[in-house]
Amino acid sequence: MNIYVIMKRTFDTEEKIQIDSGEIVEDGAEFIINPYDEYAIEEAIQLRDEHGGEVTLVSVGDEEAEKQIRTGLAMGADKAVLIEDEDVENGDQFSTEAILAAYFKDQEADIILGGNIAVDGGSGQVGPRLAENLGINHVTSIVNIEIEDGKAKIERDVEGDQEFIEISLPLLVTAQQGLNEPRYPSLPGIMKAKKKPLETLDLDDLDLDEDEVEGKTNTVERYLPPEKEAGKILEGEIDDQVNELVSLLKNEAKVI
Amino acid sequence: MDFSFSKEQLMIRDMVRDFAQKEIAPIAEEIDRTERFPIENFKKMGELGLLGIPFPEEYGGSGGDTLSYILAVEEIGKACGSTGLSYAAAVSLGASPLYAFGTEEQKKEHLVPLAKGESLGAFGLTEPNAGSDAGGTRTKAELKGDKYVINGEKCWITNASFARTVIVTAVTGKDDRGKNKISAFIVPTDSPGLTIRSEYEKMGVRGSNTTELVLEDVEVPEEDILGDPSKGFNQFLYTLDGGRISIAALALGIGKAAYEAALQYSNERKQFGKLIGSFQAIQFKLADMAMELELASNMVYKAAWLKDQKKPFKKEAAMAKLFASESATRACNQALQIHGGYGYMREYHIERYLRDAKLMEIGEGTSEIQRLVIAREIGCPR
Ligand SMILES: Cc1cc2nc3c(=O)[nH]c(=O)nc-3n(C[C@H](O)[C@H](O)[C@H](O)COP(=O)(O)OP(=O)(O)OC[C@H]3O[C@@H](n4cnc5c(N)ncnc54)[C@H](O)[C@@H]3O)c2cc1C
Repeated sequence: MNIYVIMKRTFDTEEKIQIDSGEIVEDGAEFIINPYDEYAIEEAIQLRDEHGGEVTLVSVGDEEAEKQIRTGLAMGADKAVLIEDEDVENGDQFSTEAILAAYFKDQEADIILGGNIAVDGGSGQVGPRLAENLGINHVTSIVNIEIEDGKAKIERDVEGDQEFIEISLPLLVTAQQGLNEPRYPSLPGIMKAKKKPLETLDLDDLDLDEDEVEGKTNTVERYLPPEKEAGKILEGEIDDQVNELVSLLKNEAKVI
Repeated sequence: MDFSFSKEQLMIRDMVRDFAQKEIAPIAEEIDRTERFPIENFKKMGELGLLGIPFPEEYGGSGGDTLSYILAVEEIGKACGSTGLSYAAAVSLGASPLYAFGTEEQKKEHLVPLAKGESLGAFGLTEPNAGSDAGGTRTKAELKGDKYVINGEKCWITNASFARTVIVTAVTGKDDRGKNKISAFIVPTDSPGLTIRSEYEKMGVRGSNTTELVLEDVEVPEEDILGDPSKGFNQFLYTLDGGRISIAALALGIGKAAYEAALQYSNERKQFGKLIGSFQAIQFKLADMAMELELASNMVYKAAWLKDQKKPFKKEAAMAKLFASESATRACNQALQIHGGYGYMREYHIERYLRDAKLMEIGEGTSEIQRLVIAREIGCPR
């Protein structure tokens, strides 16, 4: 099987994030493989081990992404492609998807796996838009997949409920938490990853013009959530407390 | 000058950090309290190739460098001092001398299982009456026919209960100047006459396996002497030089864990209506901790880098071990102070960090011995 994983380098949202004049400060931030993409990589490796074939990682980003790509190779992927997007103005989900579509036009993918969302932008758009653009099936937010005779049996998470789907390949799926437990890249894996092929492409290689993939969205403002303030503890008779709570929820928090 | 790590070094550090925080940190308190050796984590570490980082693939290793290994020790130490000590002892004291001085057969037979993590390495030098003064070793090995017969006692030997073989130092005779000739032997732990007990009650690193060895007429074939019989003493001095970098890295990991906890606590705890981190007295403690740990990092990484470059590193290893271990103890002590009464409670881990860090000033050469090594290296008169 020709198995592809689309993956992104993101900052670690579990670390402290700083914003300066509407931009996220990259100095000192920790960068990781988007955690949902890690599930995709793990699943791709398991599918390959079961069905044979090759796992190719594809990432749109700058050269800094090499470390995350090599980590995916160390986990067990076979090769990787980095498509550099430094020339793209105001890149957004459209840009990424358009670049990926240009790349995948010339590939014969049986299955493309991606993350359900990227933890930085959190849009969850790139996967489904890419599938639409390529004219192939897609299923988002999957928690289980089995492939047999060109068909996939999939369990997907629908806001806590399950949906069971049977669908034919070629196919794009996006991984939800619970799909698997991503492996640690082993030491021998890390050492081998150095020697695995990593191809770097730019827009020219894909016959794309910068303005063709220029972002379509406009970021108006970016800010951190307000600091959590100390909670309020109500006192007095229970009945009074309930009345006060209802009035606070109505008038102060304005949630009811 | 280039202070950056390679991509592989960073990937190894990140992987070990991830592993250590998910698998090792959650049980650190439990193994300390119950004095349990976490063998299950060593199995997993073996499978990930962590026990063979600095050894080539042909000997079951991962083909990494000293610096990668040092980063791994630091990350594991940050999660758990006990696990860190057994890890550092397994690689630096147990496996490294086999790699550095073993014959091809010895490497195949004894290094491979250690590098793969199928067994843990152990190194028995210290005796009840020979600690800092290793030249005063009393354990004797006498050549009888084609076998050495070893008699003696070793104390505080890390990992021996979980080892297939332990490297034991013993006196084989006297040199021309009348000084003890000391050699190292590869002794299978199931040898008749060898008793291994682990009954010590320790202040810290309580989850690490610490043992007493009693050797009564233990027979070892002549070929199981490790390396050059006449250079045994220098061999283990070289082994200790390498080991010191790993103890320094372990100290660094523990110190950083304490410092990070203290910094976070200072940003949460309020007294007199203010965060305690806004008091200058607390800020100065944190600034000193940050500075000392940063300086210690630089020295530890430099010593490892020198070893990787095959340059002399004896003095730098001693400096790294001395400064990192003393900085770590200071950092843990101040972190405890910053936590106040909470720091004195088990639940907050700081008291464990302090108990664990203290060992780093003693094991693999006390702080006093490091100063002696440095003094000798800078040319002080003997
Ligand atoms: C938990 C633990 C694990 C250990 N693991 C191992 C192991 O795996 N293998 C192994 O072989 N050993 C191991 N050791 C032993 C350790 O290396 C020794 O404890 C250490 O070398 C110090 O020896 P000592 O305890 O006999 O102290 P001593 O040598 O008796 O020292 C007592 C004091 O005198 C000072 N002193 C000694 N000589 C001088 C001098 N010339 N000038 C100034 N001051 C001096 C020392 O610095 C110290 O403060 C371990 C110890 C512990 C506690």
